Amino acid sequence: MATNPEMSDSDRRGWFGEYGGRYVPETLVPALDQLEETFERLWNDSGFRAELDALLAAYVGRPTPLYQARRFGELAGRAVVYLKREDLAHTGSHKLNNALGQALLARTLNKKRLIAETGAGQHGVATATVAALLGLPCQVYMGVIDMARQQLNVVRMELLGAEVIPVDSGSKTLKDATSQAIRDWMGSYRDTHYVIGSCVGPHPYPLMVRSFQSVIGIEARRQILEECGRLPDGLVACVGGGSNAIGLFHPFIDDDVEMVGVEAAGEGLGTDRHSASLVAGKPGVLHGSRSYILQDKDGQVAPTHSIAAGLDYPGVGPEHVWLRETGRARYLSVTDDEAMDAYAALARSEGIIPALESSHALAYTLEWGRELRPDGVLLVNLSGRGDKDVVRGDEVVGGR
Amino acid sequence: MKGKSIGEAFERCRDEGRAALIAYLAAGDPDIETTVALAGAVSEAGADVLELGIPFSDPLADGPIIQAAYTRALAGGASVKRVLEGLPRIADGSGLPIVLMTALNPVLAYGSEEFCCDAAAAGASGILVPDLLPEDGGSLRATAARAGLDTVYLGAPDTSDERLAGAAQGSTGFFYLISRHGVTGPEGGVGAGLAEQVERAKRYCSVPVAVGFGVTTADDAERIAAVADGVIVGSAFVREAAEAADREGAVEAVKRRAEELMRGIHRAATERREAKS
Repeated sequence: MATNPEMSDSDRRGWFGEYGGRYVPETLVPALDQLEETFERLWNDSGFRAELDALLAAYVGRPTPLYQARRFGELAGRAVVYLKREDLAHTGSHKLNNALGQALLARTLNKKRLIAETGAGQHGVATATVAALLGLPCQVYMGVIDMARQQLNVVRMELLGAEVIPVDSGSKTLKDATSQAIRDWMGSYRDTHYVIGSCVGPHPYPLMVRSFQSVIGIEARRQILEECGRLPDGLVACVGGGSNAIGLFHPFIDDDVEMVGVEAAGEGLGTDRHSASLVAGKPGVLHGSRSYILQDKDGQVAPTHSIAAGLDYPGVGPEHVWLRETGRARYLSVTDDEAMDAYAALARSEGIIPALESSHALAYTLEWGRELRPDGVLLVNLSGRGDKDVVRGDEVVGGR
Repeated sequence: MKGKSIGEAFERCRDEGRAALIAYLAAGDPDIETTVALAGAVSEAGADVLELGIPFSDPLADGPIIQAAYTRALAGGASVKRVLEGLPRIADGSGLPIVLMTALNPVLAYGSEEFCCDAAAAGASGILVPDLLPEDGGSLRATAARAGLDTVYLGAPDTSDERLAGAAQGSTGFFYLISRHGVTGPEGGVGAGLAEQVERAKRYCSVPVAVGFGVTTADDAERIAAVADGVIVGSAFVREAAEAADREGAVEAVKRRAEELMRGIHRAATERREAKS
């Protein structure tokens, strides 16, 4: 069993093996230094943690339930399947865990404005929500393609008082929304906090986002021990940037539990229409850290595709690369079609409509469950609910 | 071919009692032929150093003008390889020392060693990689030095004294001082507190200090030239070229803009001389 990557690499802050680091213009270094110092201080401050925990309970609705999906489990070779119900958290996904933590941190830093990037809109909604909670103005960068396919979340953000800034450069999706948010921050960091939504970006973001999302795995570990009297055989989570996955995985890192991250194979890895950065990418530098990215031979970042806007991103959190290289976790991909099948399967077997992102994890659960021994236990992170996806889902599933 | 010396270009300017003009162009926007022509134009107008941007899909420090230029260049087939293939003609045609500005990822994809060797062989004199901080840049800097290339680092208004000292002392050729917060482009103009910023950088610097970001007019250039060793102008040229009807028009417009900026630089030099006498 691999040891905690932090422990084995503690002499280089912000690095997970050869991945992570800080690849940014000099302009941003003071902002990142301030953020790193403040996060480390607050994370060890009992007053801050107590305030965060109280809001996680009363506002976010934590702990989220751990639910045994019996009828879905029958479809998965009669495996015992538990769903960690992040879809039941306030705003409908795991994203609020991180946005809330970062917003409280921004308040301590006396920042007067929040900015964020968003793909599926779940992180944008979470950031708009905490901005409303703290009475701060909020601007969310979103690709115009994502605005069209996740329109419900655009409406929600605006209702919450945030401004959604359309990004029509480059990919017109999450990659360019992220680039635009970073550029905004280059000029605004003195009074603005940039709430990154995944475990990507320059140090300290990957570490900080993991810390705020680890509540998922801490709860799930306790809940499954109470429920089953033992740890699960495997964990499954979808991976775009990878924040819901790292939040589930990290508290299990020293346990004898298999961990699987599921990337988006889009229309197939044989096409150029996918977003499987770990499975099909190469080492590179994007958005401030060294990780695996989808790129052409000239080092230009490649266009990506996934039916799930939240997975449609050419990079991945650096810690996931490290977990794969050390053999602690494995990563694979499922296609748009497989994800849609799982989306419909969960809706019809359990009465739960999952997000298209989370449906990728469910698709592999169906496959993995059939390979396990009959009483094998799988714990799946149901990272978000699928209300935002019903129009697209109806087009695809309804047509079958 | 061997690139012209950046250090000697700054020395000539110092002998003339003026600041240098460092003109930035986006390589291959919209094609390499245009870049060759524009490099000739800024040289004729009196520029001293050429900063040549290698197009990248996701430049983090650049505003909309240079982003759009990179998008046009990539659509026209620009790549590291094609830029390096065109470099000898750009260097020859302009007669200027060339600093290659590039994001880190294309260099990694090309291979750091190969990139430095091929760039030097094609006539480059230095490299500037904005997303590679000095603390991580030692290896590339050494590789560049072995190939005979200078390495330019950056400093910004909020950079701590400690970091500024490291970046300034690590720079060869010149040191790039960012005038203000934010990305490249005319918005916001040149930052306040310019003289103090330059003075602070000069305390740590053995190479010339050049200032960029937000420089558009002769007045901007004059303000910088009054206190710094070099004036860096990018978006203003790129926008002139992009708004022109054709290549000839672009050459004319860029040349006029460079001449205007040189007038600002010369005004500052005259004022300095008069203040002394």
